[in-house]
Amino acid sequence: MLLIYCPYCEEERSELEFRQAGDAHIARPTNMTEMTDEEFEAFFFLRDNVKGLTFERWRHLNGCGRFFNAARDTVSDKFLTTYKAGLPKPDLSTLRPATEATVETYEATESDAK
Amino acid sequence: MADLANRTLPLSGFHGGSGAASLSVAAPATRISLRAKPDAVSALSGALGLSLPTKPKTSASANGRHALWLGPDEWLVIDENEADLMAAVALSGVLHSATDISHRNTAILVKGRGADVAVNGGCPQDLSLTAFPVGACSRTVLAKAEIVLLRTAEDAFRVECWRSFAPYVSALLNEAAEDAGN
Ligand SMILES: [Zn+2]
Repeated sequence: MLLIYCPYCEEERSELEFRQAGDAHIARPTNMTEMTDEEFEAFFFLRDNVKGLTFERWRHLNGCGRFFNAARDTVSDKFLTTYKAGLPKPDLSTLRPATEATVETYEATESDAK
Repeated sequence: MADLANRTLPLSGFHGGSGAASLSVAAPATRISLRAKPDAVSALSGALGLSLPTKPKTSASANGRHALWLGPDEWLVIDENEADLMAAVALSGVLHSATDISHRNTAILVKGRGADVAVNGGCPQDLSLTAFPVGACSRTVLAKAEIVLLRTAEDAFRVECWRSFAPYVSALLNEAAEDAGN
């Protein structure tokens, strides 16, 4: 069971109480009526699906109910940090996961996939 | 002439559990879901006659009335004497949102030396007395159901759940209470 630190409850709680809520720090357009369909598609639908460090919105749904942001490694599932909604992205250089912290994956150990 | 429907308490008469953790239904109570910004907390506390807690996972109780911190701007207020909580907060004179949820919720009381084990049968929270002392409260889950948990004594919990989930929550607690021992 993963434990996730909620910045509003100020403690680690079980993943069972949380829901992932998509990418964080997406700039909402201020001129939506002037956008082309392609620009709107890019804002509304297209996401990077990063392998590695990513910034996500999470919601402590069955807890305090609050949305917050998390920096998470999509390979190891490790949460590097969580922080309140509205705060800027934390400094990346302090969040790089240590190499040895990366868990073994099927790709790395069993498969020939790059 | 209109026919009046009788209000029935979900799980009316329910008793269960084991020697280690007994289960019973809490008496009817009034409840509100209260939302407010920090600047309204002191006036609302005055109107309710108890200090709305502002620290996570804490509650305040006085004369059968309980205010449970659910989130930074959200409380569950329960009155076991069925006082009119909506009228009480309406007198606060400050901006807030209150919804009467007296009959949306029902509560199951879990009591005994294995009460924590019974609740942990479906709830992932650390219920040790250091992490979840008497008076601690939290919205959380009991397996697939959302609950609000309040520790009323070292060996007693109040489990609030939505009334439509009451058969599921009570059945699950009953199983877990049997696992907690005789
Ligand atoms: Zn929280």
